[in-house]
Amino acid sequence: MMMSYSRQTRVRDRFSHALERDGIIRQMDLVLIAAVILLLAIGAVLVSAGTRNWYASAGLDPNYYLKRHLINILVAVSLGIATMFFDYRLLKAYTPILWVIAFLGLIAVLIPGIGSTINGARAWITLPGGYSVEPGEFAKVAVITGMAMLLAERREGEKDPKARDVTQALLIAALPMLLIMLQPDLGTAIILSASVVVVIAISGASWKWIAGLLLLACLGSIGAVKLHVLHDYQIKRLQSFVDPNADPQQSGYQLRQSRITIGSGGLTGKGLYKGPQTNGRFVPEQQTDFIFTVAGEELGFVGSAGIIGLFGIVLWRAGRIARRSSDLFGRLVSGGIMAWFAFQIFENIGMAMGLMPMTGVPLPFLSYGGTSLFAVLIGIGLLENVHMRRS
Amino acid sequence: MSERSWRRLVVVQVLIASMMLALMGRLYYMQIASGPMYNAAALDNQSRDIITPAARGMILDDKGVPLAMERTGLVVSIDYTTLQKQKDGGKDVLTRLAKVLGTKYATVRARTTLCGAGGTSVTGCWNGSPYQPIPLTQSANPDTALQIIEHSEQFPGVTAEPQGFRYYPEIGGTNAAHILGYIGQVSADELKSPSAQTTGLHQYDIVGKAGLEYQYDPELRGQSGIKQVVVDRTGAITKVVRNTPAVPGDHLVTSIDSRVQKVVEDQLAAAVARARAGAPGDPLGPHQADGGAAIVMDVTNGRIIAMASYPTYDPNIWANGLSVKQAKSLFSETSHVPALNRAIQTALAPASTFKVVSLAAASAAGYNLNANYNCPASLRIGDRTFTNFEGERPGLIPMRTAIALSCDTVWYQIAYDMWVRDGGLTPKAHPADYFFKAAKAYRIGQRTGVDLPSEVAGRLADRQWKIAWYNANKHFFCNYQKEAIPAQRTPMLIAIAKENCVDGMKIRAGDAVNFAIGQGDTTETPIQMAQIYAAVANGGTLWQPTIGRAILKPDGTLVREIKPKKLGRIPMNAKTLAFTQNALRAVVTEGTAHYPFIGFPISVSAKTGTGEVYGTNPDGSAKDTTSWLATYAPTEKPRYVVVMMVSQGGTGSLTGGPSVRKIYEALFGIKGSTVNPADSLLPGGPPTALPSLTSAGRLVPLGGKPK
Repeated sequence: MMMSYSRQTRVRDRFSHALERDGIIRQMDLVLIAAVILLLAIGAVLVSAGTRNWYASAGLDPNYYLKRHLINILVAVSLGIATMFFDYRLLKAYTPILWVIAFLGLIAVLIPGIGSTINGARAWITLPGGYSVEPGEFAKVAVITGMAMLLAERREGEKDPKARDVTQALLIAALPMLLIMLQPDLGTAIILSASVVVVIAISGASWKWIAGLLLLACLGSIGAVKLHVLHDYQIKRLQSFVDPNADPQQSGYQLRQSRITIGSGGLTGKGLYKGPQTNGRFVPEQQTDFIFTVAGEELGFVGSAGIIGLFGIVLWRAGRIARRSSDLFGRLVSGGIMAWFAFQIFENIGMAMGLMPMTGVPLPFLSYGGTSLFAVLIGIGLLENVHMRRS
Repeated sequence: MSERSWRRLVVVQVLIASMMLALMGRLYYMQIASGPMYNAAALDNQSRDIITPAARGMILDDKGVPLAMERTGLVVSIDYTTLQKQKDGGKDVLTRLAKVLGTKYATVRARTTLCGAGGTSVTGCWNGSPYQPIPLTQSANPDTALQIIEHSEQFPGVTAEPQGFRYYPEIGGTNAAHILGYIGQVSADELKSPSAQTTGLHQYDIVGKAGLEYQYDPELRGQSGIKQVVVDRTGAITKVVRNTPAVPGDHLVTSIDSRVQKVVEDQLAAAVARARAGAPGDPLGPHQADGGAAIVMDVTNGRIIAMASYPTYDPNIWANGLSVKQAKSLFSETSHVPALNRAIQTALAPASTFKVVSLAAASAAGYNLNANYNCPASLRIGDRTFTNFEGERPGLIPMRTAIALSCDTVWYQIAYDMWVRDGGLTPKAHPADYFFKAAKAYRIGQRTGVDLPSEVAGRLADRQWKIAWYNANKHFFCNYQKEAIPAQRTPMLIAIAKENCVDGMKIRAGDAVNFAIGQGDTTETPIQMAQIYAAVANGGTLWQPTIGRAILKPDGTLVREIKPKKLGRIPMNAKTLAFTQNALRAVVTEGTAHYPFIGFPISVSAKTGTGEVYGTNPDGSAKDTTSWLATYAPTEKPRYVVVMMVSQGGTGSLTGGPSVRKIYEALFGIKGSTVNPADSLLPGGPPTALPSLTSAGRLVPLGGKPK
């Protein structure tokens, strides 16, 4: 009796403590939290809008996707909160373990029987109960924290990372990247590469490293096309990006439909659940990679620009957290997460609007899909984590 | 943490901010600037039109006998996209299908090939949309249909179901293929035409392609029913936006009498056969006789009662799908192009039938038609000798006799004298040109405007034409040694070319005298011939020939009547006209058309013609003469004009005469030498009342009960 009473009091004490001036809640970046909550809510509505009529017309549960998505949000938010309260400075010690787990996951997907292929990439591990995870999403977190750990280590008198640190950090990034390329998941590889360059840049390493990496990226992409490293479907997607009529029935069709769907939204959209393009399922993968088209058609320019605005707030707060971080590790982690989010958002929305080539990456916070949501909210957890422990 | 780290972080943030701005900019461009364009694309994407074809109106003869109608048949059609999805491109399915339908694989393959696919056009290819089922036959027998339905797994994409299709019943054996024309899938060009916009033509419509089907297509076609639906990505219908029911087409009543038409078709074929066999008493036969035309027209209003062209074809040839062989044969030279309607699409030298024009010219020039004229066997003009083509009787004869016997030398002299008076090779500034002016007033070289498409105009070879012709050919004649093929570089042809190079733009004496007897470059179509002789018969009025009489709504109520139109008068005063009519009667009583009408109880007026044709046949022989016979009857109170033309058919009288006589026998009810008006196919003349339809759209033939 006494025990439970005192525990209750302790919990209550902790909670009220948290709300005090220097309390943990007050320490959090509430603007970031608010933007994330809004985005998650919008995401849930869009997933519902993108699937409800489709499932209803097939005689299935119209809220099938919504329900699963809400469960995913719940899990993701829990993961995020857990990450938030776990001091990131202690996390450094666990980073190698996280990295090894992600690495093993990436190897596992390549083993026939464990990994499964969706949309041309062997990127998924199927679990019982109709669930599947995508280790590539966690690899983003692992690579960013791993690199940050190595680059933040300083010997006496060193101001900026030396060649050895950068080499080690690149190795940490290169191994998972190689495995992602083998899947092949071009989108994740591109986003990861961009994040790696940003992390190295922010670490203060010599500009030669940055220049070298950018050059490597250019040569790599040219080489990939010339040496037929890319699969046929990837080249087709790239071609249809340049000329949407090159392959009208397949990737070109998707891109065309995606643009039509967004463009037909106009200023205020066709109204939620009322988009004829969306309800006719003209855009494939609409609840996942092409979720932005639902917003484009049903919410119009007002709603879609609002979503991009919310993304802008998230990225701005991430940058602010990076700037204010008390140590380089915190800055590199938050800067890396900012870069990851930014490039993934840009790639996804850019693809839907025909600005970027077609690659299968989900839109952070909005797309249906557990693993992506988990990784993204762990990222938010890390940002808050760094923010709460600034000097 | 270094200053450098902070600075770079700011640079990265700026980069990210510009990325977000780029997204915003693109979003603005797509949704606001290009929003309407994308909106239209979305609508196009989502909506589909399902077309219910309208029942096409009937084409009826003067008494209401259907010449063209809708009929329900078992239509076997195949879906193009399903066919394409087959592993072997549909070869297997089509082979099986060809076997069941009793046709060849190549034919079925051709019919299911899209026109213009791969840059080539296969004969008999599918001109319609790949999304519309392609009909292979419209009158499959029930056994065939059952075979297809019961073994549907062997025939993916193939359907067999009852559907309406166009049917030409050929009641009583009437063919009328050239008048009726045919229908077909609307082509891309037709859809683009400005008239397509006003008549609401739809891409899946069936339209008239030739003949009356084409001419009266907007009335006959009706309006296809359009159900506009919203579909999803798989093509499943999610919503019906608009549903306009089909409006059936109107009926066309014509002045064609199907029974007279049948007689005329048979008699034309008989005339061709006669020429090919060698007509009795024809010293020049047998003839090639590669084709012909015959027309019966009401002289009082220009309405056409019958119009035949030889050779003809089965108008239902399209219903069962044109085979490659049939399609080629329709337009092939060796089968004499059966698709050609020779009544309106062949213009040939009118020969002596042209003398009704020449009489007007001579009269205008002041020649006394009641005087006697010299008719020598031949006449030398310049360095050429011109002879009589048909009859000849040397000596001084009255003009009436000259017409009756078709003496040409009389006209050579008259035409030559007029040519000299006009200045000869150095014409006066304002030549009198009596012949050219008369011909122009007779509308030579102008389309009659008959309500059929693709009529040709013929040619009036006057001074302007001669200059235009010279300008077009000057280079060839003046560089003949270089331009002509070696075989044509004979001394005579070189001399002619040289002559043409020097003064080919001028009307020479030879041109002038040839013009007067309807030879040379001037040409007429049989329909023009009928128009002119009807005018001579009716007292001078040139009527625009018409076939359509009225448009009726599907329930039988009148939409509009098609009134006959006067185009002008022939250039003859009453005296000259009376003389001409008199002379044309003399042609039958004592002249070149005497033989076919011996003992005929109704008086017929006529003019024969034997037209020279330049050039050679595919077998190398020189082209034979055109047989013309232009007639009207009864002479006292003319009602009908009958014109018959057989190309390469010899003379008008021997080849066409007996056939024209038979046509008059049918028109007036003549047996031997007695007239029984009750036996006439048109007792009391062509019907004046329109056939009526009951409100249910069923036909009530004139003087009968509903069928």
